Amino acid sequence: MSTAAQRLSYREACRQAIRAAIQADERVFLMGEDVGRYGGCYAVSKGLLDEFGPERIVDTPLSEAAFVGAGIGAAIGGLRPIVEIMTCNFSLLALDQILNNAATIPHMSGGQFSVPLVIRMATGAGRQLAAQHSHSLEGWYAHIPGLRVLAPATVTDARYMLQAALADPNPVLVFEHIMLYALEGELDPGVSAVDIEHAAIRRPGRDLSLITYGGSLPKALSAAELLAAEGIDAEVVDLRVLRPLDDATIMESVRRTRRAVVIDEGWRSGSLAAEVCTRIVEQAFYELDAPLARVCTEEAPIPYAKHLEDAALPQPEKIVAAARALVGGRG
Amino acid sequence: MPSLGADMEAGRLVEWRVKPGDRVQAGDIIAVVETQKGAIDVEIFQSGVVESFLVEPGREVPVGTPLARILGEGEAATAVPAAPAPTPAATVPPPARSRVSPVARRRAVELGVDLAALSGSGEEGAITLADVERAAAPAASQDRAGAMRRAIAAAMSRAKREIPHYYLSATFSVEPALAWLEAENARRPLPERILPAVLLLKATALALRAAPELNGTYAGDGFRHSDDIHLGVAVFLRSGGLVAPALRNADRSDLSALMHELRDLVARARSGGLRASELSAPTMTVTSLGEQGVEVVLPVIIPPQVAIVGFGSIVERPWVEAGAVVARRVVTASLAADHRASDGHCGALFLQAIGRLLQEPEKL
Amino acid sequence: MSDDASPGRAHGQLLLREMLRIRRFEARCSELYQAGKIRGFLHLYDGEEAVSVGVMQALGPEDAVVATYREHGQALARGIPMGPLMAEMYGKQQGCSRGRGGSMHIFDRERHFYGGNAIVGGGLPLAVGIALADRRLRRPALTACFFGEGAVDEGAFHESMNLAALWSLPLLFVCENNLYSMGTPVALAEAETDIARKARCYHMPGEAVDGMDPMAVEAAARRAVAAIRSGSGPFFLECRTYRFRAHSMFDAQLYRDKDEIGRWRQRDPIAGLQQQLRDQQLLGSDDLAGLEAGIERELADAVAFAEAGTLEPVSDLLRFVTLDKVPQ
Repeated sequence: MSTAAQRLSYREACRQAIRAAIQADERVFLMGEDVGRYGGCYAVSKGLLDEFGPERIVDTPLSEAAFVGAGIGAAIGGLRPIVEIMTCNFSLLALDQILNNAATIPHMSGGQFSVPLVIRMATGAGRQLAAQHSHSLEGWYAHIPGLRVLAPATVTDARYMLQAALADPNPVLVFEHIMLYALEGELDPGVSAVDIEHAAIRRPGRDLSLITYGGSLPKALSAAELLAAEGIDAEVVDLRVLRPLDDATIMESVRRTRRAVVIDEGWRSGSLAAEVCTRIVEQAFYELDAPLARVCTEEAPIPYAKHLEDAALPQPEKIVAAARALVGGRG
Repeated sequence: MPSLGADMEAGRLVEWRVKPGDRVQAGDIIAVVETQKGAIDVEIFQSGVVESFLVEPGREVPVGTPLARILGEGEAATAVPAAPAPTPAATVPPPARSRVSPVARRRAVELGVDLAALSGSGEEGAITLADVERAAAPAASQDRAGAMRRAIAAAMSRAKREIPHYYLSATFSVEPALAWLEAENARRPLPERILPAVLLLKATALALRAAPELNGTYAGDGFRHSDDIHLGVAVFLRSGGLVAPALRNADRSDLSALMHELRDLVARARSGGLRASELSAPTMTVTSLGEQGVEVVLPVIIPPQVAIVGFGSIVERPWVEAGAVVARRVVTASLAADHRASDGHCGALFLQAIGRLLQEPEKL
Repeated sequence: MSDDASPGRAHGQLLLREMLRIRRFEARCSELYQAGKIRGFLHLYDGEEAVSVGVMQALGPEDAVVATYREHGQALARGIPMGPLMAEMYGKQQGCSRGRGGSMHIFDRERHFYGGNAIVGGGLPLAVGIALADRRLRRPALTACFFGEGAVDEGAFHESMNLAALWSLPLLFVCENNLYSMGTPVALAEAETDIARKARCYHMPGEAVDGMDPMAVEAAARRAVAAIRSGSGPFFLECRTYRFRAHSMFDAQLYRDKDEIGRWRQRDPIAGLQQQLRDQQLLGSDDLAGLEAGIERELADAVAFAEAGTLEPVSDLLRFVTLDKVPQ
């Protein structure tokens, strides 16, 4: 095997992850709409049907409630399903199954049954897919006890989070941002696993923390570069795990920088960003040297027109503006 | 409802002495409250206008219950809640609050920085951590204590290295002085009463008039006499260390003025409010460890001064007067003087003068 | 009643005993509810006992059961012991769901009882998945999924019927058609009131059976199970029944008249079977008295077990929200 760093796309990393999981455990199979013959709505599973056959790569009818519920039943029954939902907007058709069964049965049964299920879904905006294909609902799912919610934002996480998710005895939701699929990155040959417990510092900095996840990570990193040009040294925290949140890493960062901007592609009201900000205030209030700030999606359905879609979403310029305001009084 | 005693839990409002719309001054009596201990006047601690009553006469309410809403100067009337708010702060409108970041506020407490004295560099003038740390940098309390210790070490080392000290001691009866003082104090209201230490200071200052070799400074070019008598007073600080600021022209102040100045000096020495000139002014210093039960103090001269007097405790001792042993209150004064500026003879006359002056306290 | 059929003495008495256990258990639950010992929702199965008791006769111990929220009968007929069941009603940690589920969420791993589900239709997709796992893991088991005719109105029903048929899964759909979804009669909820016909749209064999006759239900269930085990895919069984009591404890029953209830009570499955067994000389007075006495003892023991049960410490509130490993 080559030990050279491998350069590949996030999409390819997702595909490698599924392939490896199916090869490693015969209980694992992929199920969802158009995952087989079509190759996946975002082409993640392209070629896998030919490779593994229809028992392992299972095309389903457009029945989100039934095939997600079937995934839950199959997990309870001893399989390790990977269920793909085309976009998180569609996941609402299966929300009853995810909340009332997957997240609930382990506790409600007094621990008799677990649901070792992985549900992957695409999330986020940026491709002019308009309001019913562009929303970021991971914050809703992060509200639900019993679930683990992941947001891989790097090629390495896309490649290795799935195997950790499949090893979890509890239901795990994986949100893949549509703008990340084409992103390319290096796969470190020295890494063969990642944890699904901790946030990661993607760029260390002294002056403030940009706390984000998923599709907003590249934007936060761009913003950090722009800020660096102004002499502001921003730290970028990638949450990675949206539930349970890694409070320790967040607080350590804020204790160092004493300022935080939380960037979240969900709508501002009741957002994951709101949760992160609240925890900072609860746990690190006396460490803060400036009010917290948020850069979230504007409170409107995501529109089709490019200029409006751009205006609705967090952008590096908005992050820079928010950061600049906080660091104004830096000594 | 004010707490009018540690054991008071509630009080009954008897009557209002003002009505809504009245203008009140701090110190005005605005209401009468009946307690277990009887009717007590309630004083207002702020000026403003009575906006509304929150408690009606006849009601008994717990201590801390707001009785009325007072509008401070320039404050707008607020909607009056139907029920009294359960917070005692409601009668005192909060002062205009400066913006301070949480970490800056916490750090200011740690460093003893007065936030009111700072101006903020943060958003909308908010005081940030950096502002606090900048303000604290030259005078952080840890540094202050350390710096004082270093200064004392340097001064005392220099004194013992350079100054040829000689020491004289004398014990006097202070019976006449104290008897006079007790009678004098009995006539005075409490705040104007005079401490025995003031008599000792005044006697020392007057005695210095006749001992010019002890009053002044010694520098490279020799001793320089001072016409003014600025008596340094050693003040021990609770945080450690000591300072010895000057009572200016102590020989010319009467006892009342001296008492007042002494009290002010000690208070300011302990709160860090001394002026630099007060620390450099003394022409001679007095130190007293009497309160600590010491009988004899052999002090070290504070350079560039040339003398220092130490007083021990006033103690009752057998004393021979007119051939009879009687009980008398006495004090021992010790002089440490710079032999380069004076001789023992001079010092002895000086101590003698102090003793004599104390026998005629009415002339002090 | 299928008077001509004879279940045999032992099996006839077993069916009667199983139905009586459910009837007596629930009567006591109703009493305990009014005494404040049981709280929350309590949905009684009174009148529908023949359905569970009949269907369970056809299942083996490895088969799975997905239940509804009116599942005391399904649970008892499946063999969940009365003590843990009653302790669950009490909210005690000795309950079969440790007091976390209550009346509507009975779970029993050992008996492959995958829970009372209080989302109407919510258990159907789950059952599809369990059946899928059984087939994929080559386990010779089938899944019996109980639901009411109200669930038939849900999209999840149609999606699940479609998937089960499409994938030819070993799944027995048991529709307990008691004519009312809460207070709404079938005629006001269904464009096609012949529920069993809906199976045909999915190329699924379907049959309607008299849900007041345990022997008829059992016979139909055995036919269905045999078909499923032969590998022909899922089977749909509609059991036409009636609940004698209110939907739940808080229901004034404004939606149906007493005469209707009275007419259905004439067809009480327990009284009917009792009469039939007497007529066929399969049940003497002593038999019945012995049977009743046995159930009373079991019930008294169950109540005593529940009463003696302990409350789970509040410090365990978050236990099992997530699990450290997959239970085996």
